[in-house]
Amino acid sequence: MTRALTRRLPQGGRIDRKRPIAFTLDGRRLEGFAGDTLASALMAAGVTLVGRSFKLHRPRGLLSAGVEEPNALLTLGEGDRREPNIPATMTDLMHDMVARRQNAWPSVELDLMAVNSLAAPLLTAGFYYKTFMGPRRGSWMFYEPFIRRAAGLGAGTYESDPDRYETRHEFADVLVVGSGPAGLAAALAAGRSGARVVLVEQDSLAGGSLLSEPLGGPLETWRNGRLGELAALPNVSIRLRATALGLYDGNTVALVERRGHLRPDPAKGEARQIVVTLRARAIVLATGAAERPLVFANNDRPGVMLASAVRSYLHRFAVAPIGRVVIATNNDSAYRTAVDLAAAGVAVTLADLRATPAPGAHTAARQAEAKQRGVEILTGTAVIDVAGGKAVTHATLAPISGGGARQTRECSILGMSGGWSPVLHLTSHTGIKPRYDETIAAFLPGGYAPGHFGAGALQGRFDIAGAIRQGFAAGAAAAAHAGHGKSVGGLMLPEGVEAAAAADAYGIEPVWQVPNLPKGKAFVDFQNDVTVKDLALAHQEGYQSVEHLKRYTTLGMGTDQGKTSNINALAIMAGLRGVGIPEAGTTTFRPPYSGVALGALAGRSTGHHFRPQRLSPMHDWHLANGGEMIEAGPWMRSWWYRWAGNSVGKAYIEEMRLVRQGVGIADVSSLGKIDVQGPDAAEFLNRIYVNGFAKLPVGKARYGVMLNDDGLVLDDGTTTRFAETRYFMTTTTAQAGEVMSWLEFLLQAAWPDLKVQVASLTDEWAGMAVSGPKARAALELALPGCDLSDAALPYMGALETAFEGVPVRLIRLSFSGELAYEVYAPADYGIALWEHILGAAAPLGIKPYGLEALAALRIEKGHVAGLELDHRTSLDDLGLGKMAGKEKAFVGRELRQRPNLQSPDRWSLVGIECLEPEKRLRGGSILFAASDKIEGHGRGYITSVTFSIELNKYIALGLYQGGLAHKGEEILCAFPLKGEQTRARIVSPHFIDPEGKRLHA
Amino acid sequence: MLRIICPCCGERDYTEFRYGGDAEKTRPAHGTGDLKTWHDHVFLFGNPKGPHREYWQHVLGCRQWLVLERNTATNEVGVSRPARDAVSGR
Repeated sequence: MTRALTRRLPQGGRIDRKRPIAFTLDGRRLEGFAGDTLASALMAAGVTLVGRSFKLHRPRGLLSAGVEEPNALLTLGEGDRREPNIPATMTDLMHDMVARRQNAWPSVELDLMAVNSLAAPLLTAGFYYKTFMGPRRGSWMFYEPFIRRAAGLGAGTYESDPDRYETRHEFADVLVVGSGPAGLAAALAAGRSGARVVLVEQDSLAGGSLLSEPLGGPLETWRNGRLGELAALPNVSIRLRATALGLYDGNTVALVERRGHLRPDPAKGEARQIVVTLRARAIVLATGAAERPLVFANNDRPGVMLASAVRSYLHRFAVAPIGRVVIATNNDSAYRTAVDLAAAGVAVTLADLRATPAPGAHTAARQAEAKQRGVEILTGTAVIDVAGGKAVTHATLAPISGGGARQTRECSILGMSGGWSPVLHLTSHTGIKPRYDETIAAFLPGGYAPGHFGAGALQGRFDIAGAIRQGFAAGAAAAAHAGHGKSVGGLMLPEGVEAAAAADAYGIEPVWQVPNLPKGKAFVDFQNDVTVKDLALAHQEGYQSVEHLKRYTTLGMGTDQGKTSNINALAIMAGLRGVGIPEAGTTTFRPPYSGVALGALAGRSTGHHFRPQRLSPMHDWHLANGGEMIEAGPWMRSWWYRWAGNSVGKAYIEEMRLVRQGVGIADVSSLGKIDVQGPDAAEFLNRIYVNGFAKLPVGKARYGVMLNDDGLVLDDGTTTRFAETRYFMTTTTAQAGEVMSWLEFLLQAAWPDLKVQVASLTDEWAGMAVSGPKARAALELALPGCDLSDAALPYMGALETAFEGVPVRLIRLSFSGELAYEVYAPADYGIALWEHILGAAAPLGIKPYGLEALAALRIEKGHVAGLELDHRTSLDDLGLGKMAGKEKAFVGRELRQRPNLQSPDRWSLVGIECLEPEKRLRGGSILFAASDKIEGHGRGYITSVTFSIELNKYIALGLYQGGLAHKGEEILCAFPLKGEQTRARIVSPHFIDPEGKRLHA
Repeated sequence: MLRIICPCCGERDYTEFRYGGDAEKTRPAHGTGDLKTWHDHVFLFGNPKGPHREYWQHVLGCRQWLVLERNTATNEVGVSRPARDAVSGR
């Protein structure tokens, strides 16, 4: 068992010793307390190893106490609730929590994959760009399975997620991000003004950096006082365990609220995570700063931590190091850790990289205080190496100037502080580039968009007084911006806090990598195992820009997104390039700020809630009567019916046979239907269709094609004139929305003088197609009072009638090529009319037919439909060129004349019949002339396919170069996905009844 | 994210609208314009970084087409007018 480096103190900490919590780690039962994170519970139990590193499988311990943690990623839960790569530092300890460490086999203690470490010289930055390339083309597929098994950290589950996730939309006057001293002050100022305030905090307690202060001190008192005040304000809402993931245009912030702490097994309907889209009038960013590591040899050993994290564990969780602690620092802030450890009885050695006299205004005072507490202070001294494979044993120190003797100090924990980096991710989400500040050796937000205000450590104010004052001012300014400018009074500072007006410069002397390093890996990015040597290699190979550096070395690309590595890396690269840090630049920060479950982002939009479904009025009838449904865009349509067979392949043939020989009824309710009314309706239709509509008689329907402005076909449909100024337009199902918006655009933005109104009727009318040689007889049985003779209702005629008081529209037109009628009833009466027709015409053998047969029938007839109308085909491509009116202007007329749309080489509509009876044709097949070499793009492709029962062979429609000029020629249809090549012939696309005798019956 | 003020319905979320293209150009009157005029109108348009007038339709609301001023670099959204007013110069 690896040596324990830490232990729980008998008292103190924000934990409840009366509520112990049992959990397991790799099957071993451990205990913590309510208030612990998984990380603090592990440290209290003396667990030193939290996993093995990604590439090199080095043993790792906790580095931090927060969201920036790169090492302690564990798998939590089992079965369908198993989640890998969860930072232990951000996880509330829960009863019976099952935790497993990752990336090691057979165990973290003894990991055979650590052999990778021996191969480390081969696994340098970008090694995969230089390897796995031979000996033959295609060798990659040999290596791929091994690499896949070795890649990644934790393993997820393939089971469905049983948990529920919600999304919410919210509004606020002022959003405050972060509940440290600046955030609390801002929320208070804004709250007192009467504004609606939302304060979000990613931690499970409010307070930010204050949570790492000693309990019972003046800062804790101040925190409690402010929280009490905020709780008493009804217009202030505090959200804990809520991370602001991203800041977007329009002052919108995405939050994820985690509810997993409520219970491990959520009750039915209880959401596990909630994603909130919050729109605020003003936003205060008080996101604080995160500490950086120092870069020296073996700085990744278990036991090496951020100095501030050691202090957090001490005060917040009552976890203390066992044995001596060495602190390495280049600034004042780590002295707090040294002093507090000493006060808790821990022996401390502090190696300050800065020589005396020290630069900071308060440095001397800090050093004196530390000395007084018994801390051994060595100035001008750096930690250059750390020993101890699975747990730190001792540190090697040396004078920073280079000369002088090395010393060692035995220790179990090494706390390092390389400085603090403001957490400015949200400000750069809006595109504002950060700027480098020399005094704090860090990047600050480059500015704020209007309505955004920053405060506290985010702005480089690391002193409590400064943070509180800035927060208060920002909160008041934000409230004023949101329209609540009332005076908010003043704010008391915590007792004993220096009211110094000047910023605390904290005296940092940036040392981006400790000089004169001994042999040994000096890590810059802990999660992706990127060392100083990798940076040097990238620089040497020319990957010098920060964007190249990131992608070549994978630095900053882990789940921690470089929170502890970005600044050190670009400073080191700047040094290698011999430029200043501002010239080296930064990469762009993008949402999300920290990892978020895809399930949370999906919310409730999963399964059949993924998108809205549109149902026909007869939907329930289909389900109850053997209809097998299929998605057609957002619509559910009946695909085939079980009366016709037990598979789609058999059924559609029977359904086709019924329509060609008897009578069938199909549900066509999904077609777009548009009401067009007004004195100028005729003129309007005449402008948008290529063919004439101005003289369409009342009671007649006409097939029309409309073009886009670019001269290509937009849609086809049928428009019927029911009255002088009243028309009924149908469109294809797929284009209904497009056409509706297009008509509205033309009427509002192009031709506002036309007196026409359009309205969508798609959902108002149920539509049925009654088709087949017996169609007239069937409708005569169903609508006995109605004269349906050829004289009263000729081909392309229409009439409005009523049945039992319900309006019914009949339009005699055909998609199938048989005698056919479209019958419309108000949607609420759809099923009633449908059932009535089926019942009345039952003696004729009428049955329903579905989408598959509908499509097959129209292909036989040679009607173009959606697959041919893909907005890339012209009128002439589709063989409809004669439709275009010669004398009138219509939309698209001019660009239809483009030379490249007139070329005889264009791929135009042909019919294709299969010449090999044992084979079939497939949609999407690439077409070649019989003599062509089968390679490249060919001369066209098949758009629609069906088996023709009339011709007893496979037929298709397609687009072929030169079109029907090649009628009669043999071609080859190639389908590379299945390795098929089939001989076929070009024929007319109108396979049956080319003279239309059946239509006019 | 973007909030658009529909002249008819008030301030709404952008998800209620569909984008309709460049509104900086003038459509040739129906029946006028030769191949070149229409080619230039359909295929050539500016792509400015900065203030831009564009068409949007309030598809999930009043179905009105409007002309919106939006800054393409900062996504600040400005004034919107009904398309028919913008076109007829009212």
